[in-house]
Amino acid sequence: MSTPTASAPFGARRRLSAFFYRHRWLKLLALLIPPLSWIVVVYLAALVVLLATAFWQQDELSGQIIHTFTWDNVRTVKDDPTLHAVTRQTVQMAVLVTITDILLAFPLAYYMARVASRGVRALLFVGVLMPLWSSYLIKAYTWRLMTGDAGTINWALAKIDLGPLHIAFSTTAMWLAFTYIWLPYMVLPIYAALERIPGSLIEASSDLGGRSWRTLRSVIMPLALPGIAAGSIFTFSLTLGDYIMVDLVGGNKTDFLGSVIFRYQGIANDLPLAAAIALVPVIVITIYLLLVKRLGAFEAL
Amino acid sequence: MEPRPVRIGLRIFSFGVMAFLYIPLVVIVMASFNASRIPTWPIKDYTLHWWSLALHDQTARTALENSFKVGLAATAVALVLGSAAAFALSRFRFFGKNSLSLLLVLPLALPGIITGLSLLSVIEYLSLTPSLVTVAIGHSTFCIVVVFNNAVARLRRSSSSFEEASMDLGADGWQTFRFITLPNLATALVAGGLLAFALSFDEIVVTNFTAGAQQTLPLWIYNQFRLPNTAQEVNAVAVFVIALTAIPVYLAQRLMRESGGIGGRG
Repeated sequence: MSTPTASAPFGARRRLSAFFYRHRWLKLLALLIPPLSWIVVVYLAALVVLLATAFWQQDELSGQIIHTFTWDNVRTVKDDPTLHAVTRQTVQMAVLVTITDILLAFPLAYYMARVASRGVRALLFVGVLMPLWSSYLIKAYTWRLMTGDAGTINWALAKIDLGPLHIAFSTTAMWLAFTYIWLPYMVLPIYAALERIPGSLIEASSDLGGRSWRTLRSVIMPLALPGIAAGSIFTFSLTLGDYIMVDLVGGNKTDFLGSVIFRYQGIANDLPLAAAIALVPVIVITIYLLLVKRLGAFEAL
Repeated sequence: MEPRPVRIGLRIFSFGVMAFLYIPLVVIVMASFNASRIPTWPIKDYTLHWWSLALHDQTARTALENSFKVGLAATAVALVLGSAAAFALSRFRFFGKNSLSLLLVLPLALPGIITGLSLLSVIEYLSLTPSLVTVAIGHSTFCIVVVFNNAVARLRRSSSSFEEASMDLGADGWQTFRFITLPNLATALVAGGLLAFALSFDEIVVTNFTAGAQQTLPLWIYNQFRLPNTAQEVNAVAVFVIALTAIPVYLAQRLMRESGGIGGRG
Protein backbone atom coordinates (compact mmCIF):
# COMPACT_ATOMS: atom_id res chain seq x y z
CA MET A 1 0.00 0.00 0.00
CA SER A 2 2.53 2.58 -1.01
CA THR A 3 1.09 4.54 -3.90
CA PRO A 4 -2.09 6.18 -2.62
CA THR A 5 -0.82 7.90 0.51
CA ALA A 6 2.85 8.45 -0.20
CA SER A 7 2.48 11.30 -2.68
CA ALA A 8 1.70 14.55 -0.87
CA PRO A 9 0.16 14.09 2.54
CA PHE A 10 0.25 17.76 3.48
CA GLY A 11 -0.08 19.31 0.04
CA ALA A 12 -2.69 21.64 -1.31
CA ARG A 13 -4.84 18.75 -2.43
CA ARG A 14 -4.96 17.40 1.10
CA ARG A 15 -5.98 20.78 2.49
CA LEU A 16 -8.65 21.14 -0.15
CA SER A 17 -9.95 17.67 0.62
CA ALA A 18 -10.04 18.41 4.34
CA PHE A 19 -11.82 21.68 3.66
CA PHE A 20 -14.53 19.91 1.68
CA TYR A 21 -14.80 17.26 4.38
CA ARG A 22 -15.40 19.87 7.04
CA HIS A 23 -17.90 21.76 4.88
CA ARG A 24 -20.05 18.95 3.56
CA TRP A 25 -22.67 21.33 2.23
CA LEU A 26 -20.03 22.82 -0.11
CA LYS A 27 -19.40 19.36 -1.52
CA LEU A 28 -23.13 18.92 -1.95
CA LEU A 29 -23.37 22.23 -3.79
CA ALA A 30 -20.47 21.31 -6.05
CA LEU A 31 -22.23 18.06 -6.93
CA LEU A 32 -25.68 19.52 -7.23
CA ILE A 33 -25.21 22.79 -9.08
CA PRO A 34 -24.01 21.46 -12.46
CA PRO A 35 -26.82 18.92 -13.07
CA LEU A 36 -29.43 21.11 -11.46
CA SER A 37 -28.58 24.17 -13.50
CA TRP A 38 -28.43 22.10 -16.69
CA ILE A 39 -31.92 20.74 -16.07
CA VAL A 40 -33.28 24.13 -15.08
CA VAL A 41 -31.69 25.94 -18.03
CA VAL A 42 -32.25 23.32 -20.72
CA TYR A 43 -35.44 21.61 -19.63
CA LEU A 44 -37.52 23.76 -17.28
CA ALA A 45 -36.70 27.02 -19.04
CA ALA A 46 -37.68 25.40 -22.32
CA LEU A 47 -41.03 24.35 -20.85
CA VAL A 48 -41.55 27.96 -19.72
CA VAL A 49 -40.74 29.25 -23.21
CA LEU A 50 -43.22 26.72 -24.62
CA LEU A 51 -45.87 28.06 -22.29
CA ALA A 52 -45.02 31.63 -23.26
CA THR A 53 -45.05 30.79 -26.97
CA ALA A 54 -48.64 29.59 -26.61
CA PHE A 55 -49.55 33.17 -25.69
CA TRP A 56 -47.58 34.88 -28.44
CA GLN A 57 -48.78 35.64 -31.91
CA GLN A 58 -47.50 35.13 -35.36
CA ASP A 59 -47.24 37.78 -38.04
CA GLU A 60 -49.30 36.37 -40.87
CA LEU A 61 -47.19 37.87 -43.64
CA SER A 62 -43.64 37.29 -42.46
CA GLY A 63 -44.31 34.25 -40.25
CA GLN A 64 -42.28 35.96 -37.52
CA ILE A 65 -43.33 35.40 -33.94
CA ILE A 66 -44.32 38.62 -32.21
CA HIS A 67 -43.76 38.58 -28.48
CA THR A 68 -46.98 40.28 -27.47
CA PHE A 69 -49.57 38.62 -25.31
CA THR A 70 -52.71 37.16 -26.84
CA TRP A 71 -55.43 34.74 -25.77
CA ASP A 72 -56.15 33.84 -29.42
CA ASN A 73 -54.30 30.51 -29.61
CA VAL A 74 -55.63 29.21 -26.35
CA ARG A 75 -59.13 30.35 -27.31
CA THR A 76 -58.82 28.53 -30.65
CA VAL A 77 -57.84 25.34 -28.84
CA LYS A 78 -60.63 25.77 -26.31
CA ASP A 79 -63.38 26.40 -28.87
CA ASP A 80 -62.40 24.10 -31.72
CA PRO A 81 -64.75 21.08 -31.76
CA THR A 82 -62.34 19.07 -33.96
CA LEU A 83 -59.61 19.46 -31.36
CA HIS A 84 -62.01 18.30 -28.67
CA ALA A 85 -62.72 15.17 -30.71
CA VAL A 86 -58.98 14.63 -31.27
CA THR A 87 -58.30 14.99 -27.54
CA ARG A 88 -61.06 12.51 -26.70
CA GLN A 89 -59.75 10.05 -29.31
CA THR A 90 -56.17 10.33 -28.06
CA VAL A 91 -57.07 9.92 -24.39
CA GLN A 92 -59.30 6.93 -25.25
CA MET A 93 -56.44 5.26 -27.10
CA ALA A 94 -54.01 5.98 -24.24
CA VAL A 95 -56.43 4.45 -21.71
CA LEU A 96 -57.16 1.44 -23.92
CA VAL A 97 -53.47 0.76 -24.52
CA THR A 98 -52.73 1.12 -20.80
CA ILE A 99 -55.46 -1.37 -19.84
CA THR A 100 -54.40 -3.89 -22.50
CA ASP A 101 -50.79 -3.64 -21.39
CA ILE A 102 -51.75 -4.21 -17.75
CA LEU A 103 -53.73 -7.32 -18.75
CA LEU A 104 -50.82 -8.71 -20.75
CA ALA A 105 -48.05 -7.63 -18.39
CA PHE A 106 -49.44 -8.67 -15.02
CA PRO A 107 -49.62 -12.45 -15.63
CA LEU A 108 -46.21 -12.41 -17.31
CA ALA A 109 -44.64 -10.40 -14.48
CA TYR A 110 -46.34 -12.68 -11.95
CA TYR A 111 -44.98 -15.75 -13.68
CA MET A 112 -41.49 -14.24 -13.77
CA ALA A 113 -41.49 -13.14 -10.14
CA ARG A 114 -43.27 -15.98 -8.39
CA VAL A 115 -43.47 -19.12 -10.54
CA ALA A 116 -40.52 -19.37 -12.93
CA SER A 117 -37.22 -20.95 -11.92
CA ARG A 118 -34.17 -18.70 -11.54
CA GLY A 119 -32.82 -19.50 -14.97
CA VAL A 120 -36.13 -18.97 -16.76
CA ARG A 121 -36.64 -15.74 -14.83
CA ALA A 122 -33.27 -14.33 -15.94
CA LEU A 123 -34.01 -15.37 -19.51
CA LEU A 124 -37.44 -13.72 -19.49
CA PHE A 125 -36.02 -10.58 -17.89
CA VAL A 126 -33.50 -10.08 -20.69
CA GLY A 127 -36.18 -11.21 -23.15
CA VAL A 128 -38.47 -8.37 -22.08
CA LEU A 129 -35.62 -5.88 -21.96
CA MET A 130 -34.27 -6.41 -25.48
CA PRO A 131 -37.41 -5.35 -27.41
CA LEU A 132 -37.63 -2.30 -25.16
CA TRP A 133 -34.27 -1.11 -26.41
CA SER A 134 -34.52 -2.09 -30.06
CA SER A 135 -35.34 0.69 -32.46
CA TYR A 136 -38.72 2.33 -31.93
CA LEU A 137 -39.05 3.38 -35.57
CA ILE A 138 -38.42 -0.07 -36.85
CA LYS A 139 -40.85 -1.69 -34.46
CA ALA A 140 -43.45 0.83 -35.62
CA TYR A 141 -42.68 0.07 -39.24
CA THR A 142 -42.92 -3.68 -38.68
CA TRP A 143 -46.49 -3.20 -37.54
CA ARG A 144 -47.23 -1.44 -40.78
CA LEU A 145 -45.93 -4.51 -42.62
CA MET A 146 -47.82 -6.88 -40.36
CA THR A 147 -51.19 -5.15 -40.40
CA GLY A 148 -51.30 -4.55 -44.17
CA ASP A 149 -53.89 -6.33 -46.30
CA ALA A 150 -51.15 -8.60 -47.65
CA GLY A 151 -49.30 -8.56 -44.34
CA THR A 152 -48.13 -11.17 -41.88
CA ILE A 153 -51.32 -11.20 -39.80
CA ASN A 154 -53.59 -11.96 -42.76
CA TRP A 155 -51.12 -14.54 -44.02
CA ALA A 156 -51.21 -16.30 -40.66
CA LEU A 157 -55.00 -16.06 -40.49
CA ALA A 158 -55.36 -17.57 -43.95
CA LYS A 159 -53.32 -20.56 -42.75
CA ILE A 160 -56.03 -21.36 -40.25
CA ASP A 161 -58.83 -20.48 -42.72
CA LEU A 162 -59.68 -17.17 -41.14
CA GLY A 163 -59.65 -13.58 -42.22
CA PRO A 164 -58.70 -11.56 -44.04
CA LEU A 165 -58.85 -8.62 -41.65
CA HIS A 166 -58.90 -5.14 -43.11
CA ILE A 167 -57.05 -3.30 -40.40
CA ALA A 168 -54.41 -1.53 -42.49
CA PHE A 169 -54.06 2.11 -41.32
CA SER A 170 -56.86 1.73 -38.81
CA THR A 171 -57.14 2.57 -35.12
CA THR A 172 -57.11 -1.19 -34.47
CA ALA A 173 -53.68 -1.40 -36.08
CA MET A 174 -52.51 1.50 -33.94
CA TRP A 175 -53.93 -0.12 -30.82
CA LEU A 176 -51.97 -3.31 -31.55
CA ALA A 177 -48.79 -1.40 -32.32
CA PHE A 178 -48.99 0.88 -29.27
CA THR A 179 -49.77 -2.08 -27.02
CA TYR A 180 -46.79 -3.91 -28.43
CA ILE A 181 -44.30 -1.08 -28.28
CA TRP A 182 -44.96 0.03 -24.68
CA LEU A 183 -45.51 -3.44 -23.20
CA PRO A 184 -41.99 -3.82 -21.70
CA TYR A 185 -42.45 -0.50 -19.85
CA MET A 186 -45.38 -2.11 -18.05
CA VAL A 187 -43.82 -5.52 -17.39
CA LEU A 188 -40.64 -4.27 -15.69
CA PRO A 189 -42.13 -2.11 -12.89
CA ILE A 190 -44.84 -4.72 -12.13
CA TYR A 191 -42.15 -7.40 -11.98
CA ALA A 192 -40.04 -5.24 -9.65
CA ALA A 193 -43.04 -4.69 -7.36
CA LEU A 194 -44.04 -8.37 -7.29
CA GLU A 195 -40.50 -9.55 -6.71
CA ARG A 196 -40.24 -7.43 -3.59
CA ILE A 197 -43.25 -9.09 -1.89
CA PRO A 198 -41.81 -11.35 0.82
CA GLY A 199 -42.87 -15.00 0.50
CA SER A 200 -43.70 -15.03 4.21
CA LEU A 201 -46.52 -12.56 3.59
CA ILE A 202 -48.18 -14.93 1.15
CA GLU A 203 -47.69 -17.90 3.48
CA ALA A 204 -49.24 -15.86 6.28
CA SER A 205 -52.23 -15.16 4.09
CA SER A 206 -52.80 -18.84 3.35
CA ASP A 207 -52.17 -19.79 7.01
CA LEU A 208 -54.95 -17.41 7.91
CA GLY A 209 -57.24 -19.25 5.53
CA GLY A 210 -56.93 -17.02 2.47
CA ARG A 211 -57.36 -19.00 -0.73
CA SER A 212 -55.31 -18.18 -3.82
CA TRP A 213 -57.87 -15.75 -5.14
CA ARG A 214 -58.26 -13.98 -1.82
CA THR A 215 -54.47 -13.75 -1.40
CA LEU A 216 -54.15 -12.30 -4.89
CA ARG A 217 -56.85 -9.73 -4.27
CA SER A 218 -56.03 -8.69 -0.71
CA VAL A 219 -52.26 -9.18 -0.47
CA ILE A 220 -50.60 -9.24 -3.86
CA MET A 221 -52.69 -6.71 -5.76
CA PRO A 222 -52.33 -3.85 -3.24
CA LEU A 223 -48.56 -4.38 -3.17
CA ALA A 224 -48.34 -4.59 -6.98
CA LEU A 225 -50.42 -1.46 -7.49
CA PRO A 226 -47.53 1.05 -7.28
CA GLY A 227 -45.75 -0.95 -10.00
CA ILE A 228 -48.82 -0.99 -12.22
CA ALA A 229 -49.26 2.75 -11.67
CA ALA A 230 -45.60 3.42 -12.51
CA GLY A 231 -45.87 1.39 -15.72
CA SER A 232 -49.07 3.17 -16.66
CA ILE A 233 -47.27 6.54 -16.57
CA PHE A 234 -45.20 5.35 -19.51
CA THR A 235 -47.95 3.63 -21.51
CA PHE A 236 -50.35 6.52 -20.99
CA SER A 237 -47.98 9.43 -21.53
CA LEU A 238 -46.06 7.89 -24.43
CA THR A 239 -49.28 7.09 -26.30
CA LEU A 240 -50.64 10.55 -25.61
CA GLY A 241 -47.73 12.35 -27.24
CA ASP A 242 -46.92 9.98 -30.09
CA TYR A 243 -47.06 11.11 -33.70
CA ILE A 244 -44.66 8.76 -35.49
CA MET A 245 -46.84 5.68 -35.00
CA VAL A 246 -49.92 7.66 -36.00
CA ASP A 247 -48.15 8.36 -39.28
CA LEU A 248 -46.48 4.99 -39.96
CA VAL A 249 -49.15 2.58 -38.70
CA GLY A 250 -52.23 4.79 -38.74
CA GLY A 251 -51.39 6.42 -42.08
CA ASN A 252 -52.44 9.76 -40.55
CA LYS A 253 -56.06 8.78 -41.19
CA THR A 254 -57.00 9.44 -37.59
CA ASP A 255 -55.80 12.59 -35.91
CA PHE A 256 -54.08 12.33 -32.56
CA LEU A 257 -52.89 15.20 -30.38
CA GLY A 258 -49.26 14.52 -31.26
CA SER A 259 -49.89 14.44 -34.99
CA VAL A 260 -51.95 17.66 -34.88
CA ILE A 261 -49.21 19.44 -32.91
CA PHE A 262 -46.59 18.20 -35.34
CA ARG A 263 -48.66 19.30 -38.34
CA TYR A 264 -49.22 22.82 -37.01
CA GLN A 265 -45.52 23.20 -36.28
CA GLY A 266 -44.00 21.42 -39.26
CA ILE A 267 -46.39 22.04 -42.13
CA ALA A 268 -48.46 25.07 -41.15
CA ASN A 269 -45.37 26.50 -39.41
CA ASP A 270 -47.57 28.03 -36.73
CA LEU A 271 -45.45 27.51 -33.62
CA PRO A 272 -47.66 29.55 -31.23
CA LEU A 273 -50.75 27.50 -32.09
CA ALA A 274 -48.78 24.24 -31.90
CA ALA A 275 -47.55 25.31 -28.45
CA ALA A 276 -51.11 26.08 -27.37
CA ILE A 277 -52.28 22.62 -28.50
CA ALA A 278 -49.29 21.05 -26.71
CA LEU A 279 -50.67 22.46 -23.46
CA VAL A 280 -53.54 19.94 -23.75
CA PRO A 281 -51.37 16.80 -23.29
CA VAL A 282 -49.32 18.63 -20.64
CA ILE A 283 -52.50 19.32 -18.65
CA VAL A 284 -53.86 15.80 -19.17
CA ILE A 285 -50.58 14.21 -18.08
CA THR A 286 -50.26 16.50 -15.06
CA ILE A 287 -53.72 15.40 -13.93
CA TYR A 288 -52.78 11.78 -14.57
CA LEU A 289 -49.52 12.10 -12.62
CA LEU A 290 -51.37 13.63 -9.67
CA LEU A 291 -53.82 10.70 -9.75
CA VAL A 292 -51.21 7.95 -9.85
CA LYS A 293 -49.03 9.68 -7.28
CA ARG A 294 -51.69 8.69 -4.74
CA LEU A 295 -51.14 5.04 -5.73
CA GLY A 296 -47.43 5.34 -4.92
CA ALA A 297 -46.35 5.33 -8.55
CA PHE A 298 -43.32 7.58 -8.07
CA GLU A 299 -41.77 5.33 -5.44
CA ALA A 300 -41.98 2.44 -7.93
CA LEU A 301 -40.51 4.30 -10.92
CA MET B 1 -47.83 -21.76 -3.81
CA GLU B 2 -50.20 -21.47 -6.72
CA PRO B 3 -52.32 -24.47 -7.73
CA ARG B 4 -50.87 -26.48 -10.60
CA PRO B 5 -53.45 -25.53 -13.26
CA VAL B 6 -52.85 -21.85 -12.49
CA ARG B 7 -49.10 -22.27 -12.90
CA ILE B 8 -49.53 -24.07 -16.20
CA GLY B 9 -51.97 -21.41 -17.36
CA LEU B 10 -49.52 -18.67 -16.40
CA ARG B 11 -46.71 -20.41 -18.24
CA ILE B 12 -48.74 -20.72 -21.44
CA PHE B 13 -49.90 -17.11 -21.21
CA SER B 14 -46.34 -15.86 -20.59
CA PHE B 15 -45.09 -17.83 -23.54
CA GLY B 16 -47.79 -16.20 -25.67
CA VAL B 17 -46.81 -12.70 -24.54
CA MET B 18 -43.13 -13.39 -25.27
CA ALA B 19 -44.13 -14.61 -28.76
CA PHE B 20 -46.06 -11.35 -29.21
CA LEU B 21 -42.86 -9.46 -28.28
CA TYR B 22 -40.59 -11.36 -30.64
CA ILE B 23 -42.60 -12.22 -33.76
CA PRO B 24 -42.46 -8.64 -35.11
CA LEU B 25 -38.67 -8.59 -34.70
CA VAL B 26 -38.38 -11.84 -36.65
CA VAL B 27 -40.64 -10.43 -39.36
CA ILE B 28 -38.46 -7.34 -39.85
CA VAL B 29 -35.24 -9.33 -40.04
CA MET B 30 -36.75 -11.61 -42.68
CA ALA B 31 -38.23 -8.67 -44.57
CA SER B 32 -34.77 -7.16 -45.01
CA PHE B 33 -33.89 -10.13 -47.21
CA ASN B 34 -37.13 -10.01 -49.21
CA ALA B 35 -36.32 -9.96 -52.93
CA SER B 36 -39.64 -8.37 -53.86
CA ARG B 37 -39.73 -4.65 -54.57
CA ILE B 38 -42.92 -4.15 -52.62
CA PRO B 39 -43.12 -5.49 -49.07
CA THR B 40 -45.23 -8.66 -49.15
CA TRP B 41 -45.74 -11.65 -46.95
CA PRO B 42 -44.85 -14.52 -47.22
CA ILE B 43 -41.44 -13.85 -48.69
CA LYS B 44 -40.82 -15.75 -51.91
CA ASP B 45 -37.27 -14.85 -52.80
CA TYR B 46 -34.41 -13.75 -50.63
CA THR B 47 -31.68 -11.31 -51.62
CA LEU B 48 -28.72 -9.39 -50.26
CA HIS B 49 -29.39 -6.57 -52.72
CA TRP B 50 -30.99 -4.24 -50.15
CA TRP B 51 -28.08 -4.78 -47.82
CA SER B 52 -25.51 -3.74 -50.41
CA LEU B 53 -27.66 -0.79 -51.46
CA ALA B 54 -27.87 0.39 -47.87
CA LEU B 55 -24.15 -0.09 -47.38
CA HIS B 56 -23.28 2.20 -50.28
CA ASP B 57 -25.83 4.93 -49.62
CA GLN B 58 -23.88 8.13 -48.91
CA THR B 59 -26.72 9.99 -47.14
CA ALA B 60 -27.26 6.98 -44.91
CA ARG B 61 -23.58 7.01 -44.01
CA THR B 62 -23.58 10.72 -43.18
CA ALA B 63 -26.69 10.19 -41.07
CA LEU B 64 -24.95 7.33 -39.28
CA GLU B 65 -21.94 9.53 -38.56
CA ASN B 66 -24.19 12.28 -37.20
CA SER B 67 -25.96 9.81 -34.96
CA PHE B 68 -22.60 8.71 -33.54
CA LYS B 69 -21.51 12.30 -32.88
CA VAL B 70 -24.77 13.21 -31.18
CA GLY B 71 -24.85 9.99 -29.16
CA LEU B 72 -21.28 10.43 -27.90
CA ALA B 73 -21.79 14.09 -26.95
CA ALA B 74 -25.11 13.46 -25.18
CA THR B 75 -23.64 10.45 -23.37
CA ALA B 76 -20.60 12.44 -22.20
CA VAL B 77 -22.79 15.21 -20.77
CA ALA B 78 -25.10 12.64 -19.21
CA LEU B 79 -22.25 10.73 -17.54
CA VAL B 80 -20.86 13.82 -15.80
CA LEU B 81 -24.16 15.38 -14.77
CA GLY B 82 -26.08 12.15 -14.13
CA SER B 83 -23.46 10.71 -11.77
CA ALA B 84 -23.04 14.03 -9.93
CA ALA B 85 -26.80 14.14 -9.36
CA ALA B 86 -26.78 10.50 -8.24
CA PHE B 87 -24.07 11.23 -5.64
CA ALA B 88 -25.86 14.27 -4.33
CA LEU B 89 -29.18 12.47 -4.00
CA SER B 90 -27.92 9.23 -2.47
CA ARG B 91 -25.15 10.45 -0.14
CA PHE B 92 -26.71 13.64 1.19
CA ARG B 93 -29.91 14.73 2.83
CA PHE B 94 -31.27 18.15 2.03
CA PHE B 95 -34.41 20.18 1.59
CA GLY B 96 -36.34 19.55 -1.62
CA LYS B 97 -34.62 16.23 -2.32
CA ASN B 98 -37.82 14.43 -3.29
CA SER B 99 -38.98 17.14 -5.66
CA LEU B 100 -35.53 17.10 -7.25
CA SER B 101 -35.62 13.38 -7.94
CA LEU B 102 -39.07 13.86 -9.44
CA LEU B 103 -37.74 16.70 -11.61
CA LEU B 104 -34.97 14.40 -12.83
CA VAL B 105 -37.36 11.77 -14.20
CA LEU B 106 -39.71 14.35 -15.73
CA PRO B 107 -38.06 14.23 -19.18
CA LEU B 108 -39.02 10.54 -19.34
CA ALA B 109 -42.53 10.95 -17.93
CA LEU B 110 -43.54 13.76 -20.29
CA PRO B 111 -43.86 12.70 -23.93
CA GLY B 112 -40.97 13.55 -26.24
CA ILE B 113 -43.10 15.84 -28.35
CA ILE B 114 -43.34 18.25 -25.39
CA THR B 115 -39.55 18.24 -24.91
CA GLY B 116 -39.07 18.63 -28.64
CA LEU B 117 -41.51 21.48 -29.08
CA SER B 118 -40.17 23.25 -25.97
CA LEU B 119 -36.62 23.12 -27.29
CA LEU B 120 -37.82 24.34 -30.68
CA SER B 121 -39.55 27.28 -28.96
CA VAL B 122 -36.24 28.15 -27.32
CA ILE B 123 -34.38 27.85 -30.63
CA GLU B 124 -36.96 30.15 -32.18
CA TYR B 125 -36.91 32.57 -29.23
CA LEU B 126 -33.13 32.92 -29.17
CA SER B 127 -32.92 32.82 -33.00
CA LEU B 128 -30.47 29.90 -32.86
CA THR B 129 -29.74 27.69 -35.86
CA PRO B 130 -30.79 24.10 -35.30
CA SER B 131 -27.74 21.84 -35.59
CA LEU B 132 -26.23 18.67 -34.21
CA VAL B 133 -25.40 20.67 -31.08
CA THR B 134 -29.07 21.43 -30.38
CA VAL B 135 -29.89 17.77 -31.04
CA ALA B 136 -27.23 16.65 -28.55
CA ILE B 137 -28.51 19.12 -25.94
CA GLY B 138 -32.03 17.80 -26.42
CA HIS B 139 -30.87 14.19 -26.09
CA SER B 140 -28.90 14.97 -22.95
CA THR B 141 -32.15 15.70 -21.07
CA PHE B 142 -33.27 12.07 -21.12
CA CYS B 143 -29.78 10.53 -21.26
CA ILE B 144 -29.04 12.13 -17.85
CA VAL B 145 -32.00 10.24 -16.40
CA VAL B 146 -30.68 6.88 -17.64
CA VAL B 147 -27.19 7.39 -16.18
CA PHE B 148 -28.73 8.76 -12.99
CA ASN B 149 -31.00 5.71 -12.56
CA ASN B 150 -28.12 3.27 -12.98
CA ALA B 151 -25.73 5.16 -10.70
CA VAL B 152 -28.36 5.63 -7.99
CA ALA B 153 -29.25 1.93 -8.04
CA ARG B 154 -25.59 1.04 -7.43
CA LEU B 155 -25.00 3.71 -4.78
CA ARG B 156 -28.10 2.63 -2.84
CA ARG B 157 -26.81 -0.93 -2.63
CA SER B 158 -23.28 -0.05 -1.60
CA SER B 159 -22.93 1.44 1.84
CA SER B 160 -20.78 4.48 2.49
CA SER B 161 -18.84 2.63 5.20
CA PHE B 162 -16.08 1.70 2.72
CA GLU B 163 -15.57 5.35 2.01
CA GLU B 164 -15.53 6.15 5.71
CA ALA B 165 -13.01 3.35 6.32
CA SER B 166 -10.80 4.76 3.59
CA MET B 167 -10.90 8.20 5.18
CA ASP B 168 -10.20 6.71 8.62
CA LEU B 169 -7.13 5.00 7.20
CA GLY B 170 -5.78 8.34 6.10
CA ALA B 171 -6.83 8.70 2.50
CA ASP B 172 -7.95 12.14 1.42
CA GLY B 173 -11.18 12.86 -0.44
CA TRP B 174 -9.65 12.50 -3.88
CA GLN B 175 -7.92 9.21 -3.05
CA THR B 176 -11.11 7.82 -1.58
CA PHE B 177 -12.96 8.79 -4.72
CA ARG B 178 -10.26 7.43 -7.01
CA PHE B 179 -9.62 4.10 -5.23
CA ILE B 180 -12.92 3.28 -3.51
CA THR B 181 -15.91 5.12 -4.93
CA LEU B 182 -15.07 5.09 -8.62
CA PRO B 183 -14.14 1.38 -8.94
CA ASN B 184 -17.35 0.51 -7.11
CA LEU B 185 -19.38 2.69 -9.45
CA ALA B 186 -17.49 2.06 -12.68
CA THR B 187 -19.58 -0.75 -14.15
CA ALA B 188 -22.81 1.08 -13.31
CA LEU B 189 -21.51 4.16 -15.13
CA VAL B 190 -20.42 2.13 -18.15
CA ALA B 191 -23.84 0.45 -18.24
CA GLY B 192 -25.63 3.78 -17.89
CA GLY B 193 -23.46 5.30 -20.61
CA LEU B 194 -24.14 2.42 -23.00
CA LEU B 195 -27.87 2.68 -22.44
CA ALA B 196 -27.82 6.45 -22.82
CA PHE B 197 -26.00 6.03 -26.11
CA ALA B 198 -28.47 3.40 -27.32
CA LEU B 199 -31.37 5.66 -26.40
CA SER B 200 -29.88 8.67 -28.18
CA PHE B 201 -28.95 6.57 -31.21
CA ASP B 202 -32.59 5.55 -31.66
CA GLU B 203 -34.33 8.80 -30.75
CA ILE B 204 -36.56 10.48 -33.31
CA VAL B 205 -39.33 12.45 -31.60
CA VAL B 206 -37.12 15.12 -30.00
CA THR B 207 -34.60 14.95 -32.85
CA ASN B 208 -37.24 15.78 -35.43
CA PHE B 209 -37.88 19.13 -33.75
CA THR B 210 -34.29 20.12 -33.02
CA ALA B 211 -32.31 18.89 -36.03
CA GLY B 212 -33.17 21.52 -38.64
CA ALA B 213 -31.48 20.51 -41.88
CA GLN B 214 -29.28 17.87 -40.23
CA GLN B 215 -30.09 14.20 -40.48
CA THR B 216 -29.50 11.49 -37.94
CA LEU B 217 -29.99 7.84 -38.78
CA PRO B 218 -33.54 7.59 -37.37
CA LEU B 219 -34.54 10.72 -39.31
CA TRP B 220 -33.07 9.22 -42.47
CA ILE B 221 -34.99 6.00 -41.91
CA TYR B 222 -38.20 7.90 -41.20
CA ASN B 223 -37.86 9.88 -44.43
CA GLN B 224 -37.20 6.70 -46.38
CA PHE B 225 -40.36 5.11 -45.02
CA ARG B 226 -42.36 7.90 -46.58
CA LEU B 227 -40.83 7.51 -50.04
CA PRO B 228 -42.24 4.81 -52.29
CA ASN B 229 -40.11 1.76 -53.15
CA THR B 230 -37.25 2.40 -50.76
CA ALA B 231 -38.62 0.52 -47.79
CA GLN B 232 -36.68 -2.64 -48.53
CA GLU B 233 -33.34 -0.88 -48.30
CA VAL B 234 -34.50 0.60 -45.02
CA ASN B 235 -35.26 -2.87 -43.67
CA ALA B 236 -31.61 -3.72 -44.11
CA VAL B 237 -30.53 -0.58 -42.28
CA ALA B 238 -33.18 -1.34 -39.67
CA VAL B 239 -31.73 -4.74 -38.87
CA PHE B 240 -28.27 -3.15 -38.68
CA VAL B 241 -29.62 -0.60 -36.19
CA ILE B 242 -31.32 -3.28 -34.09
CA ALA B 243 -28.04 -5.16 -33.91
CA LEU B 244 -26.12 -2.01 -33.07
CA THR B 245 -28.39 -1.08 -30.16
CA ALA B 246 -28.69 -4.68 -28.98
CA ILE B 247 -24.94 -4.88 -28.34
CA PRO B 248 -24.70 -1.98 -25.85
CA VAL B 249 -27.89 -3.12 -24.11
CA TYR B 250 -26.60 -6.67 -23.79
CA LEU B 251 -23.28 -5.42 -22.41
CA ALA B 252 -25.04 -3.08 -19.99
CA GLN B 253 -27.22 -5.92 -18.77
CA ARG B 254 -24.17 -8.06 -18.06
CA LEU B 255 -22.40 -5.25 -16.24
CA MET B 256 -25.37 -4.51 -14.01
CA ARG B 257 -26.25 -8.12 -13.30
CA GLU B 258 -24.66 -8.17 -9.88
CA SER B 259 -26.66 -5.15 -8.75
CA GLY B 260 -30.03 -6.47 -9.83
CA GLY B 261 -30.57 -5.46 -13.43
CA ILE B 262 -30.42 -2.15 -15.19
CA GLY B 263 -32.61 0.67 -14.09
CA GLY B 264 -33.22 1.52 -17.73
CA ARG B 265 -35.82 4.07 -18.70
CA GLY B 266 -38.01 3.56 -15.70
